[in-house]
Amino acid sequence: MAQLWDRLRAVVLGVLGVAAVVAVWDLYKSFGPAEGVLVGDTRVLPRTTELAMPHSWQMLQRLGEPVTSLPDAPDAVRAVWDASMFSLGLAAKGWVIGVVVGLLLALAMSAFRIVESALLPWVILSQTVPLIAIAPLVRRWGSELHIGSHIWSSEDSVAVIAAYLAFFPVAVGALRGLKSPDKTHVELMRAYGVGWWRTLLTLRVPSSVPYLLPALRLAAASAVIGAVVAEVSIGLKGGLGRMVIDYAVAASGDPAKPWAPIFGAVAIGLVAAGAIGLLGLVLRPFRLTGVSR
Amino acid sequence: MNQVVTEPAISVTGVRRVFGKGRKQVVALDDVDLSVADGEFVSLIGPSGCGKSTLLRLVADLDSPTAGTLEVFGKPARRARLDQDYGIAFQQAGLLPWRTVAGNVELPLKLHGVESATRKGRVAELLELVGLADFAKNHPDQLSGGMQQRVAIARALAESPRLLLMDEPFGALDEITRERMQNELVRICAETGAAVLFVTHSIPEAVFLSDRVVVMSPRPGRITGVVDVRADGLAGAHDRTERARDQEGFFRAVADVRSLLHGTPVPTVAVDGLEK
Repeated sequence: MAQLWDRLRAVVLGVLGVAAVVAVWDLYKSFGPAEGVLVGDTRVLPRTTELAMPHSWQMLQRLGEPVTSLPDAPDAVRAVWDASMFSLGLAAKGWVIGVVVGLLLALAMSAFRIVESALLPWVILSQTVPLIAIAPLVRRWGSELHIGSHIWSSEDSVAVIAAYLAFFPVAVGALRGLKSPDKTHVELMRAYGVGWWRTLLTLRVPSSVPYLLPALRLAAASAVIGAVVAEVSIGLKGGLGRMVIDYAVAASGDPAKPWAPIFGAVAIGLVAAGAIGLLGLVLRPFRLTGVSR
Repeated sequence: MNQVVTEPAISVTGVRRVFGKGRKQVVALDDVDLSVADGEFVSLIGPSGCGKSTLLRLVADLDSPTAGTLEVFGKPARRARLDQDYGIAFQQAGLLPWRTVAGNVELPLKLHGVESATRKGRVAELLELVGLADFAKNHPDQLSGGMQQRVAIARALAESPRLLLMDEPFGALDEITRERMQNELVRICAETGAAVLFVTHSIPEAVFLSDRVVVMSPRPGRITGVVDVRADGLAGAHDRTERARDQEGFFRAVADVRSLLHGTPVPTVAVDGLEK
């Protein structure tokens, strides 16, 4: 009973939180000064004009209306759905590549001290390079690649860039996790006379799960952001990234429109994080860490 | 399992272990000779830094000596480790938290390819032995410290080793649980007939459990003396009951160990002021 309430409470509080944000938005929009709030010359709260700040219900309403005034234009929600699925697909591809690369790196680094010293600084350095800078490089280098009959597409470039963001938390988290077993456990394995490989499977991989799950979730969020931003940088049509740019152009005449792809991005971010949550449920026994009560 | 019974369980000759190099060098063990007979219970006792744990780790081949030889059932320590001639338990129970109690006890058997049906029978037997048959499906975090340590002992016994190495297994337990565990250990050892090398800080624990108590001193770690508890009038370790704690021989042996630890003979009256 108490457990049920604990779960229910989380849901109720979550809904209340979202409702509170929406309420603050709409109340400010209704009653805030049209020119916003200025301290000296600095505007600390935005203008509340129709152009600057649509009401929340206007944004939702806009989702139900056609994208453009063209006769065969689909509803915005339909367009956002398609773009979201497209971006989510690329993000998922990037996530998988990133996770595989991250795990392999972590494995190599945990196995050999020298690999760790050699690689870890580069792994960290890799994240300081702005995405905008690597996007054209990925596209150019990708186009030089010939893997069988596969021709490098812009989609591949986007997935690789998403992977570039996603591998980092996995590499760092998995490394930490693989090194996490107690000395007692490691010595026990040695006493049993089992080798590196069996120790990895019996001890190190299971005990890395509590470190790995947050890393995978972070990687999922990074992959979504990476995919959306890379679509812009690469100039790939069909996904949310390009849609954000396209719809932003319409902002002056149709202020609620740019919010549509933003909702799409939020939604796929939640889906990605939720998928990892499910994975966490499957791996539940391995999340037990506290040995003593 | 197929050792010649006359072979000592452990035989240590002229062992020296030095940690570090140059000025920071620490001599953890120097010129240590020790023999543990098959089926004998021997405790190592001494202040922190006397090398008692180091000696146990050397026997377990978790560490290598700088000089000297170690043999377990007549084989080099490494061979004995690979042949699984000993079971081991540490101060931390060291159970894998994601495995159930049964899964933990079964682990060494599983790692060494014992087939599932045999494993199941053996695990049931072991949990019966340590009195945890009802907890087979629980996870370690649902057990108290004493219960976890019993699981660890069951795990150490899983492959019916002729030798048990125990590094302060009861060190983290409260006094009441500790005495109960000692009683159980005596019973378990009597049932299995295994030799035991047992590291502890506690004089009464060492005396109550052991046939012989080996007293060590630090800097450098050396053996200062051996007290044969049986010579003080106690029954052999396997035939002891908890009443042994009240017998005169027990107090005599405690006094002997204490005088060796402190380097001066302690008058017998001091025996009344037992610490524990």
